[in-house]
Amino acid sequence: MTTQQKDIRAAAVLPDAKTRLAVLESMIRVRLAEEAIAALYGEGEIRCPTHLCIGQEAVAAGISVLLSRDDLVFSGHRSHGHYLAKGGDMNAMFAELYGRVTGCARGKGGSQHLVDLACGFMGAAPILSSTISVGVGSAWAAKLDRRDQVSIVYFGDGATEEGTFHEALNFASVHKLPVIFVCENNLYSVHSAMDIRQPEGRPIALLGTAHGMPSVTCDGNDADVVHAHAAEAVARARAGEGPSFIECMTYRWMEHCGPGDDIPLGYRTAEELADWRIRDPLAIYRDRLAAAGELGAAAEADLMKKARDEVAAAVAFAKASPYPEAAELSEHVFPV
Amino acid sequence: MVRQLKYFEALHEAHRELLADDPNVLVAGLGVPGPTGIFGTTKGLQEEFGPERVIDTPSSENAMTGIALGAAIQGKRPILVHMRVDFALLSMEPVVNQAAKWHYMYGGVMRAPLTIRMIIGRGWGQGPQHSQSLQSWFAHVPGLKVVMPTRPYDAKGMLIAAVRDDAPVIFLEHRWLYNLEGPVPEGLYTSPLEGAEVLHQGSDVTIAATSHMTIEALRAADLLAAAGVSAEVIDLRCLTPIDGDTLAASLAKTGHLVVADTGQASYGVVAEVMAVAMKRAFPYLKAAPQSVALPHIPTPTTPALADLFYPDATDIAQAALDTLGSSAQLPKPAADRRWKDTPDPSFTGPY
Ligand SMILES: Cc1ncc(C[n+]2csc(CCOP(=O)(O)OP(=O)(O)O)c2C)c(N)n1
Ligand SMILES: [Mg+2]
Repeated sequence: MTTQQKDIRAAAVLPDAKTRLAVLESMIRVRLAEEAIAALYGEGEIRCPTHLCIGQEAVAAGISVLLSRDDLVFSGHRSHGHYLAKGGDMNAMFAELYGRVTGCARGKGGSQHLVDLACGFMGAAPILSSTISVGVGSAWAAKLDRRDQVSIVYFGDGATEEGTFHEALNFASVHKLPVIFVCENNLYSVHSAMDIRQPEGRPIALLGTAHGMPSVTCDGNDADVVHAHAAEAVARARAGEGPSFIECMTYRWMEHCGPGDDIPLGYRTAEELADWRIRDPLAIYRDRLAAAGELGAAAEADLMKKARDEVAAAVAFAKASPYPEAAELSEHVFPV
Repeated sequence: MVRQLKYFEALHEAHRELLADDPNVLVAGLGVPGPTGIFGTTKGLQEEFGPERVIDTPSSENAMTGIALGAAIQGKRPILVHMRVDFALLSMEPVVNQAAKWHYMYGGVMRAPLTIRMIIGRGWGQGPQHSQSLQSWFAHVPGLKVVMPTRPYDAKGMLIAAVRDDAPVIFLEHRWLYNLEGPVPEGLYTSPLEGAEVLHQGSDVTIAATSHMTIEALRAADLLAAAGVSAEVIDLRCLTPIDGDTLAASLAKTGHLVVADTGQASYGVVAEVMAVAMKRAFPYLKAAPQSVALPHIPTPTTPALADLFYPDATDIAQAALDTLGSSAQLPKPAADRRWKDTPDPSFTGPY
């Protein structure tokens, strides 16, 4: 598996201090938002399937700082981190979870259907792998229009088992489209481990290689590593050289869907979770920045407070917002 | 007294007895052997019958369906499970073009004894892509048998019949039925894969319903009784075909029809039942039939709109009064909860 490792060389240079602070801030915002959702879910006001991404924040954080507002992001069911990291409106996200008319989809979509066109978050849908081809189509349009615009598609390890995943990669490769496939491999699809679903010893990134694009498997809990690989992929896409594939090894801390701990179900061990919690992407990054003298205690406290206030304001905004009026039910079936 | 089982327990027992009875029976689907075992319906089966016959699958709905078909033509009797009908949409090609047609298009020499369980449902913000009720899509395709068991007795008996049937059977289960309790005999028995059943006798109005809407219809019959109206409730059970005999016999008595389905009203079961009623019972009908089903709108996620989107017993009872031209008052529903998006108040999510 070493061939694909060298397809993308980790960029020798680390992001500058300012960028790293932005990466850290992004992870903090996502973490605190997700923790708030977990804490509030039991109140029974968030009434939709909700997939939290605690433990996986480094991926979108490392990538999003490379993107401009004009670049586009597509996601699946576990999308809160992708949305927030790309600059999605936090108020609108919480309001969407709370089913309010001020939500990013006016309450019609819920947690599984976030969207924010203003920041280039082009939509999330929970049918596995379905948005992968849509992201490819978006990149196709960008190429046809000669637009400097990269499309990022996030999906899990499970989504790569669907046929449309392969069909989309093939097309993107044939047409050298400016799209980056980002697989967050968290080792599970709901309660099913990798070994019953995919061949042993075959990294998912090899599927990207098979479809003719530079592909890499990397530590998805290290935002600098993700950032380095993404920087190469973005540069390739902008240079018209076509798609890239990044498999980010990571781990989900919470239950598949919902706010709880699912260790009692027995499909994974408490030890495995504990190991991955030691590799907390947020703590690792915070400590690294502090050790490098890029983050003082006061600056860290500031970031935490800012994010905490932002989350509290978003929750308050959502709870104070009205539900959609009855007339909304039949609106938006067709564009008018 | 016959033993009482919940719907999900009845399904679980059917799987167990089928696996024990016939070595060719296989069960496959994402999460089938998992700790929650498809809402308990497949829990523990892998431990009991081994990892060869009870398997977890990749999320590859399309190929898994072709694979099940391939095994079926080799004499296996696979049960394929989809947690939601919405996911099964990725397998429409092998279902519609292949499994449905292999017997006919090969002149009867080929058999595809394939059972595909698909779960439908409503509530708790399942939204546009996790809550659809697409039974009419499948019922539209010649070669597929489509069933929607309502009672635990049928859940078990029809699953056994489906697996033993040589045709592909689409087996649709509504999530809100899983905790319903009812009499279920022990041992292998079959419930027919055709024919409707009258679950409640009445003389003023016929309510023909599918799946969970049959439960709502039975509640509606109680509401109507309180308003002095006698409703007959028919559980349609099987969609291929709609049972015109049972329908006509009931309409001969009542002359009034309400059709209640879990799916969209247009181009669906409601339309089909009304067409059958027109053909078979036109002389008996005293008023235009009424329908209680989903509007032609995707499922909204917010409970504020979902509560308006989904009809319930009160809507069915009101439709019955409407077709009867009655201005009787229905008892007010108990205002015991803020939202109507859970099967019972004990449910606290998430799905
Ligand atoms: C086509 C389809 N099949 C099945 C599902 C049910 N499902 C929802 S999330 C999920 C797990 C997917 O695993 P993965 O892609 O690795 O993402 P993760 O949940 O681990 O982030 C599954 C199987 C679905 N949403 N869509
Ligand atoms: Mg996964």
